[in-house]
Amino acid sequence: MIHRPSFILSREDWSLHRKGEQDQQRHQEKVREAIKKNLADLVTEESLIMHDGRQIVKVPIRSLDEFRFRYNYNKGQHGGQGDGESKVGDVLGKDPSAKGQQAPGKGEGAGEQPGVDYYEAEVSLQEIESLLFADLELPNLERKEQDEITTTDVRFNDIRKKGLAGNIDKKRTLIEAIRRNSLAGKPGLHNISNDDLRYKTWEEIQTPHSQAVVLAMMDTSGSMGQFEKYIARSFFFWMTRFLRTKYEHVDIQYIAHHTEAKVVTEHEFFTKGESGGTICSSAYNLALDLVNKKYHPDRYNIYPFHFSDGDNLTSDNEKCIKLIKQLMEVSNIFGYGEVNQYNRSSSLMNAFKNIQEEKFKHAIIREKGEVYKALCHFFTAKDSIRAS
Amino acid sequence: MTNEEMQQLEAAIEEITIIARDFGLDFYDMRYEVCPSEIIYTFGAYGMPTRFSHWSFGKAFHRMKMQYDFGLSKIYELVINSDPCYAFLLDGNSLLQNKLIVAHVLGHCDFFKHNNSFANTSRYMVDSMAASADRMRQYEQDHGKLAVEEFIDSVLALQEHIDPTYVGRKKHARRYDSSDEAKQRVDPYEDVFQWTEPKKAEEPKPAPRFPAQPEKDLLLFIMQHAKGLQEWQRDILTIMREEMLYFWPQIETKIMNEGWATYWHLRIMRELDLDEGETIEFARMNAGVIMPSKTSLNPYHVGLKIWEDIEKRWGRERMWEIREYDNDSSFLRNYLTQELVDEMDLYLYGKQGDEWKVAEKDWEKVRDSLCAAKVNGGFPVLLVHDGDYLKNGELYIKHAYDGTELDVKYLEKTIPHVYNLWGRTTHLETVLDNRAVVFTFDGKKSHRRFL
Repeated sequence: MIHRPSFILSREDWSLHRKGEQDQQRHQEKVREAIKKNLADLVTEESLIMHDGRQIVKVPIRSLDEFRFRYNYNKGQHGGQGDGESKVGDVLGKDPSAKGQQAPGKGEGAGEQPGVDYYEAEVSLQEIESLLFADLELPNLERKEQDEITTTDVRFNDIRKKGLAGNIDKKRTLIEAIRRNSLAGKPGLHNISNDDLRYKTWEEIQTPHSQAVVLAMMDTSGSMGQFEKYIARSFFFWMTRFLRTKYEHVDIQYIAHHTEAKVVTEHEFFTKGESGGTICSSAYNLALDLVNKKYHPDRYNIYPFHFSDGDNLTSDNEKCIKLIKQLMEVSNIFGYGEVNQYNRSSSLMNAFKNIQEEKFKHAIIREKGEVYKALCHFFTAKDSIRAS
Repeated sequence: MTNEEMQQLEAAIEEITIIARDFGLDFYDMRYEVCPSEIIYTFGAYGMPTRFSHWSFGKAFHRMKMQYDFGLSKIYELVINSDPCYAFLLDGNSLLQNKLIVAHVLGHCDFFKHNNSFANTSRYMVDSMAASADRMRQYEQDHGKLAVEEFIDSVLALQEHIDPTYVGRKKHARRYDSSDEAKQRVDPYEDVFQWTEPKKAEEPKPAPRFPAQPEKDLLLFIMQHAKGLQEWQRDILTIMREEMLYFWPQIETKIMNEGWATYWHLRIMRELDLDEGETIEFARMNAGVIMPSKTSLNPYHVGLKIWEDIEKRWGRERMWEIREYDNDSSFLRNYLTQELVDEMDLYLYGKQGDEWKVAEKDWEKVRDSLCAAKVNGGFPVLLVHDGDYLKNGELYIKHAYDGTELDVKYLEKTIPHVYNLWGRTTHLETVLDNRAVVFTFDGKKSHRRFL
């Protein structure tokens, strides 16, 4: 018996087959939803705060893992193949998630590394910002007297019957002519009358030349540890980025204090640890000083924020309240953030709870997730007084 | 591909088919389809061109496409266990690449047709899946996209927990009947001893258990006994269980099947009249396919080596038999010898501190551990012990602990999916640090309790 090869070779048109793309889109949608739901965690994500200027960041999204019952990979033994000379004890790789210090997305590639399993979505910082800032608003937004109006661009956004010949809108003009002819009972394009002419017109886009300054004050006494500083850093990071969406130019001044205050660089602010007691009024004094010398409230929107663990020399509290009231007179809001992991009752909070002014806002942050809550708390316009 | 190239390919396929038949390979009629990479990746992600839609397939598709775009990987072959057998060839491939794929695919098709694991798979799954996908689209319209998607999310979380044995496959027809089940013997050898041991006085009968025997097929059990499920939800469970039963043999014969196909593509390609350039291209491709990995087993390589060893020891006749009766687990146990373990430099590695280190090179331990990793397709075995736990309709599942712990993080995220399907409080018993522990999810929160 002779076997005849029995096969068919064909090539169809697959251009309409879009299932993969459609389901991929749905997946992307879920990524965005997940980001939105996890903003609280993302806000303190190290890869964002410490990011080195890259605009695309990788964020771990646990909720899009495909969960199932599976073995603990870390506790089992797995088969592998050597080059012929392997011996017991040879190191194949390091666990990149161990020690917790290495930011995700850095280090060796995941390809040959066992044990990396969570899903990382690539998103742009901008995308996260747009989700995050969608719910935030500037309270007590004031228009400063010397806002200079600057024209930055023009956009064509209207059609008129009169205009410059160079801006004639050919398509609309022809449509008008055809319409007129049709109405007259002789469809088609015969002639163009003056009445048919349409011109594009433009508008100037104006943006106020506005400025703001953040006075970032932080207790750098010995009691402020890694965690406290990281929280403050996350907060100031987002706050500065947020203010940049509203103001053309945002300055940030770092004031570190223990018993006395001084202006420091960002690097010093977040890395240097000092010791000794705490006198908060020193920072407020310096802030007021800066406002008087450099950032006149007529020209600047001023946002003083103070982060501390709540410890203060008790005899200094009275003075603090007085200075804060002075500061509030010149600023848009005054924010006080207390990083209080263990929920102690603090000397500063006790003194501040009597301040009733609307410009005074405070938040207590016990864990990373609450940075987002604090941002939302400081930047809602609900109770704001709008300047006319 | 130009028409001329299509003709060349067709001629090549004809030649390869004849060679394969002369070797004795026996396959279904073949349908080769030339398509662009996007389509190949879609099929790769879904496992089947006609399968239903779900975001997780989209995620897999995206990942595969990215890797392809970055040149990290290439799907060389995509073949579907069906009669006629469908194989997909990449439009951008060179003629030689496609020749290799055709030769490889014929090996797979022979394996599908003859290996015992595949004996009960439906050969019309392409059409069944298309019909199922249609029904699921209809459910999306009737009950909302989101409701269907969330239900599929939950079923996917449990999809491996079926009973792929012959008995398990046949079970779907039978409904549970508690009076009947109660009569079943617990000890299969009970009657052997009955004539020597005097019968004891009538013991009070234990309360009938539900299920009478621990049930491995979670999907089936839920489908038949979950109270709150609607018809469309039961239908989706049926669909996805059938699909898993269809895919299962491919999971448990990966090494054998890839090794078999690689063995044959080598033999077939050697029969072809290749010029110098083609020979080098072929050698390069083949080397890529069988390249070993430090942190996993390359089934193409390990499978090929074992098959060639079998040929050396017993001749080709024996190979035809083995390809019929074994699966990966028995294949490794029976034919992975000390010489092979040493030659391939196989080892076991594990985590010590924060480093992954080679932990074991003793060939028997390596072999045993590789076999164990193949049991139940590499998935933990879960059994329904009680479908009416605490007389409250709660579900009690027990993990058949075999020395490897479950991933607790994943476990805690997966139990809610079981709850979604079962509709009532769900318990799962397993072992952590040598202590029995029960994880419970009651619809709101989960907690664990050591026994």
